[in-house]
Amino acid sequence: MAESDVKILGAWASPFVMRPRIALNIKSVGYEFLEEKVGVKSDLLIKSNPVYKKIPVLIHGDKPICESLVIVQYIDETWSSGPSILPSDVYDRATARFWAAYIDDKWFPALSEIVKVQGEGEEAKAEAVKQLLAGIALLEEAFQKCSKGKAFFGGDSIGYLDIALGSFLGWLRVTELNGLTILDAEKTPGLVGWAENFCADSAVKEVMPETGKLAELAKRLFAKTKAPPST
Amino acid sequence: MAETDVKILGTRSSPFVMRSQIALKIKSVDYEFLEENLVKKSILLLQSNPVHKKVPVLIHGDKLICESLVIIQYIDETWSSGPSILPSDLYDRAVARFWANYIDQTWFPSLFALLFTKGEEAKGKAIKQLLAGMELFEDAFKKCSKGKAFFGGDSIGYIDITLGCFLAWIRVSEKFNGLAILDTEKTPYLVSWAEKFCADSTVKEVMPEVDKLAEFAIKLEAHMNASASN
Repeated sequence: MAESDVKILGAWASPFVMRPRIALNIKSVGYEFLEEKVGVKSDLLIKSNPVYKKIPVLIHGDKPICESLVIVQYIDETWSSGPSILPSDVYDRATARFWAAYIDDKWFPALSEIVKVQGEGEEAKAEAVKQLLAGIALLEEAFQKCSKGKAFFGGDSIGYLDIALGSFLGWLRVTELNGLTILDAEKTPGLVGWAENFCADSAVKEVMPETGKLAELAKRLFAKTKAPPST
Repeated sequence: MAETDVKILGTRSSPFVMRSQIALKIKSVDYEFLEENLVKKSILLLQSNPVHKKVPVLIHGDKLICESLVIIQYIDETWSSGPSILPSDLYDRAVARFWANYIDQTWFPSLFALLFTKGEEAKGKAIKQLLAGMELFEDAFKKCSKGKAFFGGDSIGYIDITLGCFLAWIRVSEKFNGLAILDTEKTPYLVSWAEKFCADSTVKEVMPEVDKLAEFAIKLEAHMNASASN
């Protein structure tokens, strides 16, 4: 299929956009990356995703597909001759979907909360960190069960759950720059090893943003949120 | 597979639990229904769904599956010889998953807010979001059904189950608020769809009666208010 038949509307810093890009890389499918400008939604985006007006959008031929995890599953099912992204075992597949939903519905909001409470008191910050780390502990356990001793949640190669969680590693590292340890060699050794393998993978390397660049972007984006003067 | 091999932990008033039951009925799979008391959750529930402690949980042999949409897909893929729940066309499947996600993430919270939030402003906001959703569903129905009775075509599919499970609660909201959520003028296709959905053999026995549900809603609200003020 010609590269121009597959397009991704997105932005380099978005973890959600990274997901379909990794999926297409796993399938060795070439695509055109249409970068949205910060603060301005293109006509194409508004037309392709009228309900949410959000990235990523996959445009396959004339068909727009929205919502990152929906897109990843579409990619897996469409280019079915490539390496599988969802597990082949039906129960493992349910487990992967369960944890991906947990990541998006519960864990990612906890990560966002850490950023939101930057300007607030110590109690709010401590609570946000507690929630996030509780989630990471669950994910460490899930990793031990799903990986069955191998490198990834998906086994020998990157799968659905690797993509769902791994896409946040850049932002996770930025959050750790403030002195917080989220992936801890003692408490979450499985995830520490996994994170390294994930970021080094050929399907991920070119689309994972550099932590330094993300940190700069974070500073610009959150410049409005100034920390209150210490009392 | 023996009936005892398949169990659902749930409550009869939960639309999320209803989804799993409809999916099993579509596949003609017998199951045991284990009724939960959500005020006093059973050890089985707490052990089966330690992350969320919520219903439904599908117990298949020794396997535990949680989250209603994950459960529907598991049922569809496990009993693959039965009628399909997810569309066979891959793009239609992506569209179905998109709408299911919208229903749970964006639309259902506004239904919940309408039912259980106090204050005119909050209710007003919820109604606006709810009705905006209904318009989107009317449009989606016309596209997905392709002239047939259901979002899934000739028979009930993924979007039908995901949205249809809320119909009794929609009726309760309409009753409590003097409001038409399914409107014969604005959403005629959905009105007709709702009738057919509720009449379907896989749905009839598991859809609660609106009056009974209304009574339950009043009790639930009282309970929530009591907990909130403690």
